[in-house]
Amino acid sequence: MDLSSLYSEIITEHNMSNHNKRHIEGADVLEKGHNPSCGDEIELELKLQGDLIEDAGYTGVGCAISQASTSIMIDLIRGKTLEEAKQLIEIFLGMIKREITDEQELEILEDALALRNIANMPSRVKCAVLAWHTLEETIKKRALEDKND
Amino acid sequence: MDKKIRNDFPTLDQMVNGCRLVYLDSAATTQKPLSVMKEIEDYYRSSNANPHRGAYSLSMQATQIYENTRTIIKEFIGAGKEKEIVFTKNTTEALNLIAYSYGMNFINKGDEIVISIAEHHSNLVPWQQVAKAKGAVLKYLYLDEEGLIAKEEIENKITAKTKLVSVTQVSNVLGTINPVKEIIEKAHSVGAIAIIDAAQSIPHQRVNVSELDADFIVFSGHKMLAPMGIGVLYGKEALLEKMPPFLFGGDMIEYVTEQDTTYAELPYKFEGGTQNVGGAAGLSAAVKYLQEFGMDKVQAIEKDLVCYAIDKLSEIPHIILYGTKDVEKKAGVLSFNVEDVHPHDVATILDSYGVAIRAGHHCAEPLMRYMKVNATCRASFYLYNTKEDIDILAEALADTRRWLGYGSK
Repeated sequence: MDLSSLYSEIITEHNMSNHNKRHIEGADVLEKGHNPSCGDEIELELKLQGDLIEDAGYTGVGCAISQASTSIMIDLIRGKTLEEAKQLIEIFLGMIKREITDEQELEILEDALALRNIANMPSRVKCAVLAWHTLEETIKKRALEDKND
Repeated sequence: MDKKIRNDFPTLDQMVNGCRLVYLDSAATTQKPLSVMKEIEDYYRSSNANPHRGAYSLSMQATQIYENTRTIIKEFIGAGKEKEIVFTKNTTEALNLIAYSYGMNFINKGDEIVISIAEHHSNLVPWQQVAKAKGAVLKYLYLDEEGLIAKEEIENKITAKTKLVSVTQVSNVLGTINPVKEIIEKAHSVGAIAIIDAAQSIPHQRVNVSELDADFIVFSGHKMLAPMGIGVLYGKEALLEKMPPFLFGGDMIEYVTEQDTTYAELPYKFEGGTQNVGGAAGLSAAVKYLQEFGMDKVQAIEKDLVCYAIDKLSEIPHIILYGTKDVEKKAGVLSFNVEDVHPHDVATILDSYGVAIRAGHHCAEPLMRYMKVNATCRASFYLYNTKEDIDILAEALADTRRWLGYGSK
């Protein structure tokens, strides 16, 4: 695929900006994500107010795709409810798997649309979905905890 | 000259992303010459049958091809007897065979196993398992700043408690050549056995197991022009004799009754199930190719290339090279990083220039941690690579940071 559509401005800027790469004071949730095949590692931190994601951040190391994807996701979920975040994850993963192609349905992903073409690069899909799967895991665990309470 | 060698390797003659393929990942697996492909095809076209079993001509042909490869390997590595050559799937399986069959039976509580921090996971994880199961201690030979194992390290770590030493002859990450002769001698002086992982050395340099006096040597066919799925375990007869089989089943038995089994003689005791005769046919053609080419010439080409690559890459700003730059202590493997750019991004960007390199931890996570890096890029060379390949690598590398928005071209 064309490199400039992979490393688009949105991706390189998110990769370099580090504005979401920080610890969240008083974080309620810490979740680790790891790609054993390539060594990418992130730790997602969420500060919740009830079901609302008040703030989020991440630390870790990885390639530009995984770092940018994490940062884009954090911008997207900040201020959303866990339920809304869950929907965003479903749409994002649907986009990557090419199961969702409807432009209007995808619009909600905003900057994350920049990762659309990653589907053409099977070797990099894992990098793009790492953060989203990590968040999905967190939400699942939380739902399970609520059930058990 | 170069063109002539490349003609033997049709895989190299293709365009990738609009550019000529520059294959720099031979440490992972090598491309295959036409003669190897033809040998495999010939086997399946005219000699395919289950070896060692049939009393008919075709099966005898298959047996002959398989056993002939054993003889070719024995001579190639300077071993004494055919029965000391066991075919495996690859280096990993060969090391697991030793770990399960020797390690689990002859290593005891409190014994020490010594490996180097530069081991591939295949020569590390099995020993962790043995140490855990038997209550043994796993100790590491650490590297100096150049990535080499210092004499003192060998002297201090291999002690009277050491029962088994297993080290790679050439690091798959740094390309550094380890002093295996000294390590083997030291191991023997304390009564330990010595295993050499030769996956990265036998394809590239002359290795003589008798001169080295190693107890076991393991390597893979696919890293030396042969197909995937065939590997070799060399072991001293006395050790192989006292070890129980690794895989039980067909072809490795002598007599089987309802409750008991006696095992076949060496090397068949370790070759349970139908073996990879097509792979063996390919391996024999691969060895023939290397012998006709000349191992000294293979080594000379690679030394020339790695020397050139070190010079070329050193000229590019923001490139960090790992390991010694002394080509006398280094094989054709080069690990590096581009500042601020993750190796996976480097590999993707190079791929768009047609350049194939490896990025990641190279199945050597403890070494990455020891080097305090998360991952590296690795370019590795073989007899079919050229200086032009390295020029293309260098040009592409000089562009890499720009793609991620750093500086200008």
